[in-house]
Amino acid sequence: MTEIFGKPLPVIMGQLLIGLINGSFYALLSLGLAVIFGLLNIINFTHGAQYMMGAFAAYFLLNKLGLNYWWAFAIAPLIVGATGVVIERLMLSRLYKLDHLYGLLLTFGIALIIQGAFRHEFGSAGLPYSIPEELSGGNNLGFMFLPKYRAWVIVASLGVCIATWFIIERTRLGAYLRAATENPAMVQSFGINVPRMITLTYGFGVALAGLAGVMAAPIYQVNPLMGADTIIVVFAVVVIGGMGSIMGAVVTGFGLGVIEGLTKVFYPEASNTVIFVIMAIVLMFRPQGLFGSR
Amino acid sequence: MAEVLRIEHLNAWYGESHILHGVDLTVNKGEVVTLLGRNGSGRTTTLKSVMGLVGRRSGSIVVEGKETVSWPTHKVAHLGIGYCPEERAIFSSLSVEENLMLPPRIGEGGMSVEEIYEMFPNLRERRKTAQGTKLSGGEQQMLAMARILRTGAHLLLLDEITEGLAPVIVQALGRIIVSLKERGFTIVLVEQNFRFAAPLADRFYVMEHGKIAETFSASELDSKTQLLHEYLGV
Repeated sequence: MTEIFGKPLPVIMGQLLIGLINGSFYALLSLGLAVIFGLLNIINFTHGAQYMMGAFAAYFLLNKLGLNYWWAFAIAPLIVGATGVVIERLMLSRLYKLDHLYGLLLTFGIALIIQGAFRHEFGSAGLPYSIPEELSGGNNLGFMFLPKYRAWVIVASLGVCIATWFIIERTRLGAYLRAATENPAMVQSFGINVPRMITLTYGFGVALAGLAGVMAAPIYQVNPLMGADTIIVVFAVVVIGGMGSIMGAVVTGFGLGVIEGLTKVFYPEASNTVIFVIMAIVLMFRPQGLFGSR
Repeated sequence: MAEVLRIEHLNAWYGESHILHGVDLTVNKGEVVTLLGRNGSGRTTTLKSVMGLVGRRSGSIVVEGKETVSWPTHKVAHLGIGYCPEERAIFSSLSVEENLMLPPRIGEGGMSVEEIYEMFPNLRERRKTAQGTKLSGGEQQMLAMARILRTGAHLLLLDEITEGLAPVIVQALGRIIVSLKERGFTIVLVEQNFRFAAPLADRFYVMEHGKIAETFSASELDSKTQLLHEYLGV
């Protein structure tokens, strides 16, 4: 059997795949955080709870309304995004003139409330969510077995990340967003409704978390604490990539997922901490993050 | 002559600081009106108040016959106002061309990009520059003005456009103001450079301590020299 540094190739490829799967979720979640931080200057601590809400939305759509995975893929992000719009309009919009710490505390509080409510209602045990029939099974690539659903998650996540990057960096709407990040008053003086743009941007970032939740449901099960477990790593990803950097969120998300996976092969004891070690090193030598400009 | 802008008893505050204390002025269609005054007299705040960019306002600001004192900024802009702020506000994350094309159209009859490049030839040469803030101060000023000419705005609020610029650039800006006036734009110019504003303006308002201290037309300029000396030290 082929070996690399004394480890069998199928083991390495298997962990690489798991790393890419985790990286897909890191990238999607940190992308949403980066979009929100870029325009609102708020560190959205509710993001993990909103990711969990996406998974629960998929679960309810299936079990209460009989709508399958593909419907959930389209509808659940809209539902979760809509809750984000309500949170922004009713609560976050009142804090923009205060120190950013207030936004962080508010979103942290909202996260605790949402997670507590779901835990009270559904307990801590995971609820099952099946892989859609079209994506069940997998392909034997010779050196590894590739489950179809996991390949779909990587491709879909990459597609969403690239589309978001394109919108922000290459379109007129993206130019408005980037300009409003620098000087919202000036953009508003051009006749652009910046408060509405901020609301929709928050809704979009939250919808990305919801989408990640839908994709995660068949892999990790649907659990009220699934977001709390993931979000700490995602914040580390955002810090490493650079707060507010779209490219940083995507590249770092996938990259760190892979590094985490490979660490599991070569030095398993460090697999849970490797991302935080990298974060500490980046903060020491490049505090603005690998792709950050400030 | 049709009134484009009428301000009455305008008061404005930044937080607890009361900046404007009852400003009254009018601007007619096609006019160039200059607000003169020392630093801190309230000229910039007057323009910002028209755009809805100050914390709190009271009084009346009528633009094109519509009372706007309680309107949000983006809605005011759609009445056909282009605002060029003192700090130019060029976006560093956008290229020169993106900065130019950023403001959406808010009215009919905006200048074409080709017309703008004819008026500001430097911008044509530098349009591919990756960052708008890499331009020289004069070029940034021209970009800040050029981008509002595309939009169809017909009332231009220009704040200290000559500040910190070389004399040759100031002369060029003077020619551009004349050209814009010939095209029918209505212009409110906040200026400290009296020599720049004097030959351009149809009427002058002198501000002091947050209110209008004096107003006179261009034909009265010679007789007001002593008065201006007292107010402005020129």
